[in-house]
Amino acid sequence: MRARVLAVAGLTLLLAGCGGGSQPAGTAPASASGSTFAESGTLTVLAAASLTEAFTALEKQFEAAHPGVDVKLNYAGSSDLAQQIVNGAPADVFAAASAATMKTVTDAGMTAGPPTVFATNVLQIATAPGNPEGIASFADLAKPDLKVVVCAPQVPCGAAAEKIEKATGVALRPVSEEADVKSTLGKVTSGDADAGLVYVTDVSSAKGTVQGVDFPEADQATTDYPIAVLEEAPQAQLAQQFVDLVTGDEGQHALKTAGFGPGT
Amino acid sequence: MTRARTPTRASAVALPRLLWVPAAFAFALVASPVVGLLLRADWPRMPELLTSGAALDALRLSVVTGAISTLLCVVLGGPLAVVLARGQLPGLRVLRSVVLLPLVLPPVVGGLALLFLLGRTGLLGKRLDTWFGITIPFTTTAVVLAQTFVALPFLVVSVEGALRTAGGRYEAVAATLGARPGYAFRHVTVPLVLPGLASGSVLAFARCLGEFGATTAFAGSLQGTTRTLPLLVYLQRETDVDGAVALSLLLVAVAVVVIAVGRSRTAEGLS
Repeated sequence: MRARVLAVAGLTLLLAGCGGGSQPAGTAPASASGSTFAESGTLTVLAAASLTEAFTALEKQFEAAHPGVDVKLNYAGSSDLAQQIVNGAPADVFAAASAATMKTVTDAGMTAGPPTVFATNVLQIATAPGNPEGIASFADLAKPDLKVVVCAPQVPCGAAAEKIEKATGVALRPVSEEADVKSTLGKVTSGDADAGLVYVTDVSSAKGTVQGVDFPEADQATTDYPIAVLEEAPQAQLAQQFVDLVTGDEGQHALKTAGFGPGT
Repeated sequence: MTRARTPTRASAVALPRLLWVPAAFAFALVASPVVGLLLRADWPRMPELLTSGAALDALRLSVVTGAISTLLCVVLGGPLAVVLARGQLPGLRVLRSVVLLPLVLPPVVGGLALLFLLGRTGLLGKRLDTWFGITIPFTTTAVVLAQTFVALPFLVVSVEGALRTAGGRYEAVAATLGARPGYAFRHVTVPLVLPGLASGSVLAFARCLGEFGATTAFAGSLQGTTRTLPLLVYLQRETDVDGAVALSLLLVAVAVVVIAVGRSRTAEGLS
């Protein structure tokens, strides 16, 4: 059974890889710097969905700096990506939205080295534009009659929310515990919930459809974003260069623009 | 009726052998993933995984909402099927296409549509909220509405099919004998469609049990209120794959029981 799962996953990635490798090798322009060989090929990066904005910007930078290299970014929920990697999906880099998720991959011996925390994220209260309910603090979320949506404790944003509840002693009575942060945000965007606990980067990417309310207790549950080159990376060298870009100045700038905090 | 339409053994002709090959593949396509689930399951932990508070709440909610939704499908969809099959109305074909829409629509789209209609800022939902203080999302009512929405066509198709197969002759005869429409409906039409109604109800109930997309988009996910079994499976797989597999098997078991009970009495026996 396991072999069958692997075969299917492999086939899927093979097809994805074919799409990227369609460029004829001869057309890759020679590197202007005159280095030994022009790099070419496809670099596959699996990244948490919340990184979409920042990593798409970095993809362009990386491809500009490495002509002939095609970066394939695959965004999904971290735990789904981790499952794919553990089940043998060929990829070069994994950027996760939680240390616990990365741990499932390192525990399986699937990373080339120890992961680096390249960014952090904190929760923020999302409300309707103009904050009609006048929510000013985390404690305000416990007001009766307020429809609050959070993530379920099984997913990282929900774990963070639970941690803050414990630290502050404020017990929330959410109307829904969603399976992912985008669904939580969606219930606020649609106007069905008065407030939601999402990441500050989600509020930033929602571009004005919700309003973010900071609260100091958010710092008690920062979420680390680790990145690692994978053990069986077909493009190990390029993978390391991509990780260097993410952890370097340019990467940190792109992440800061998207609302992330600095890594360690 | 039953005796007349049951094919006799003698009429079962030999099949072309070539049919067996694709048929076997088709069977394998359906059966082998379920076998995969069975092999993947952590059997020793099964009782513990299935009796957690979250699992029992989800099972109870799924069965209760599924039953209510099926009842709604029968009460509303049955008459609709009669109208579609026997009614004399212009535009009935268009009406039928609309009723069948949830069959082909991705359920999550149905959930969003319900949200845009009945959500707090929705067309109707806004008025319900300001006039009566009623909000539907995040309630068990929303779960029932989502399930009824996706399951209704299954019932309508079954009942309408039964009516069309039976034809209108019996009612016509009843009318010539002086039966009024109401009497003929109760004593002729209803008995005719009972098998179709039963198999349609089974299908609708099974569809309700499996409902995920419309529920998550419209109702949300909260233990005991809106988190049905499929929603719990989806959430559980984030952290506890064994738990998700156990719950999936529970759904498979319930579905098998529903289909077994439903088919033995209706589709194969009567209709």
